[in-house]
Amino acid sequence: MLTVQIRKQFSSNGAAPFVLDISASFARGFTVLFGPSGAGKSTLLDCIAGLQRPDSGEIRLGEEIFFDAAKRIDISPQRRELAYVFQMLALFPHLPVEQNIRYGLGRLAAAEQRRRVEMIAAAFRIENLLQRRPAELSGGEKQRVALARALVTQPRVLLLDEPLTGLDASLRRSILEDLRAWNAAQQTPILYVTHNREEVDAIGEHVLTLANGRVQESGAPGTVLDAPRSVELAQSAGFENLLSATVVEHRIEDGVMRIALENVQCEIEVPLGEAELGSRVRVAIRAGDILLATEAPHFLSARNVLPGTIESLETRGALVQARVKAGATFLVHITRGAARSLGLAPGQLVWLVIKTHSCHFVR
Amino acid sequence: MSTEALLLSLRLAATVSLLLLAFALPLAYVLAFLEWPGKFLVESVVALPLVLPPTVLGFYALIAMGSRGPLGKLWQSLFGHPLAFTFAGLVIASLVYSLPFAVQPLVAAFESLDRRLLDASAVLGAGRARTFLRVILPLAWPGVLTSLVLSFAHTLGEFGVVLMVGGNLPGITRTVSIDIYDRVQALDYAGAQQTALLLLLICFVVLSVVYAVNRRVWSPWPAR
Repeated sequence: MLTVQIRKQFSSNGAAPFVLDISASFARGFTVLFGPSGAGKSTLLDCIAGLQRPDSGEIRLGEEIFFDAAKRIDISPQRRELAYVFQMLALFPHLPVEQNIRYGLGRLAAAEQRRRVEMIAAAFRIENLLQRRPAELSGGEKQRVALARALVTQPRVLLLDEPLTGLDASLRRSILEDLRAWNAAQQTPILYVTHNREEVDAIGEHVLTLANGRVQESGAPGTVLDAPRSVELAQSAGFENLLSATVVEHRIEDGVMRIALENVQCEIEVPLGEAELGSRVRVAIRAGDILLATEAPHFLSARNVLPGTIESLETRGALVQARVKAGATFLVHITRGAARSLGLAPGQLVWLVIKTHSCHFVR
Repeated sequence: MSTEALLLSLRLAATVSLLLLAFALPLAYVLAFLEWPGKFLVESVVALPLVLPPTVLGFYALIAMGSRGPLGKLWQSLFGHPLAFTFAGLVIASLVYSLPFAVQPLVAAFESLDRRLLDASAVLGAGRARTFLRVILPLAWPGVLTSLVLSFAHTLGEFGVVLMVGGNLPGITRTVSIDIYDRVQALDYAGAQQTALLLLLICFVVLSVVYAVNRRVWSPWPAR
């Protein structure tokens, strides 16, 4: 169990200083650190690795102290025996892959070094790359080599800072599976930083959300990211619609309330929240959670049916993103097949269907 | 053309550039990677020979190396002979004179390294010395070469400092630039011309090598 309780302030000229203030513990297996860029994710990993020094607090691995400001203990990165895969990977450009992987094995006998390199190369499927230099590798190959270089040292903690960004989903899944298989035997705490929602779903274990240098929430991805509590998190968790509104009616017995969207004539029903009548709230709705109908729908359980007109349609990969003006402008994601069979076109009259519980409050 | 003067200059330049490299590597490391109070003072002392007239530098070197100067006294007590107007004196003065040319390319090369590579090395368990030998030096070697060559070429061409501390003793302190000056004074333009041309060619070739390496015209490994 890795326990972190630190505070570090970064002075900036004029602007309010950025404060990293984190209390968290990390069990064996994956913990995803999720949050928008600038949330302090990489700084947290740097502090755990010993590359940056917190102003106060402590970092422990089990009973072993890595850092303790009060006791003036600060173990050097060399002696923390953890591994860190940086966002830019930082493979040594002048060394072939094999030398890169062996770099952290300096103290072992040559035969043991060779054995470990062979094992890790097989586990990450890079046996045929060992004599190449990093510049001769593809993006995915570099990422495999960086993971192998980190894991071959049998670290006690693995820090991964967006190690798989820029890879397509299938390649990412295949690398993640290799990583998971390797860790099944090692049982190391793995801190996995990302701001990509798909990666969170692919790992699917514990998530810790960070924003503005602080831990927001922690739990399973479903509960944490499907109901984000801050605007920054909502945006990076893939909530395309962020609406400001005023509470106009509480229906306590139904567990819902009605809110009026700002600046437009439009009311929607949302789950009952801790908000006074007349107070302002912000609501996040995923573009994929909104249904489109070309006729006024009846006999539906969904409580919000809003008429509107299509402003534009834009194909994005397998999806079509529709901008619909229904009082406020909503972004709606539908499949290409749905767009085709409904014969959607700009200017067309449509109805938006939004379930009450697809609306999430954010701060 | 004076072969003796040319050989002396080459010997001086080689000695100075190698000694300087040994001294400049740790100094540049400290300047590039560590933060400490008073660093700016050391930086300005290192850069001083760039702006100081060689005669001023030579003047103070002469005072220090004289029989009553601190360096001269120390040398006399250690080796039993004076330091001024000797080859060793010339070397010492040249070390100071060419210091910025050795240090600054190294600092620039060290500072341009990706810091994450040093972080990676540390996390993988390598101490400062191992990181220096296995990551910093191999990646900064164009800077090392530039440092070596610039201090060599700069020492080869020095005139004012040599004149002040070396005097003009054939085979001991009469370097090639002094030799050219002497020949011009004696109206031996042909002799001066031969030596000057040779010096020009040497410096041109040496600098071309440096620029070619830095432009990666010849690169030992592909760019990142």
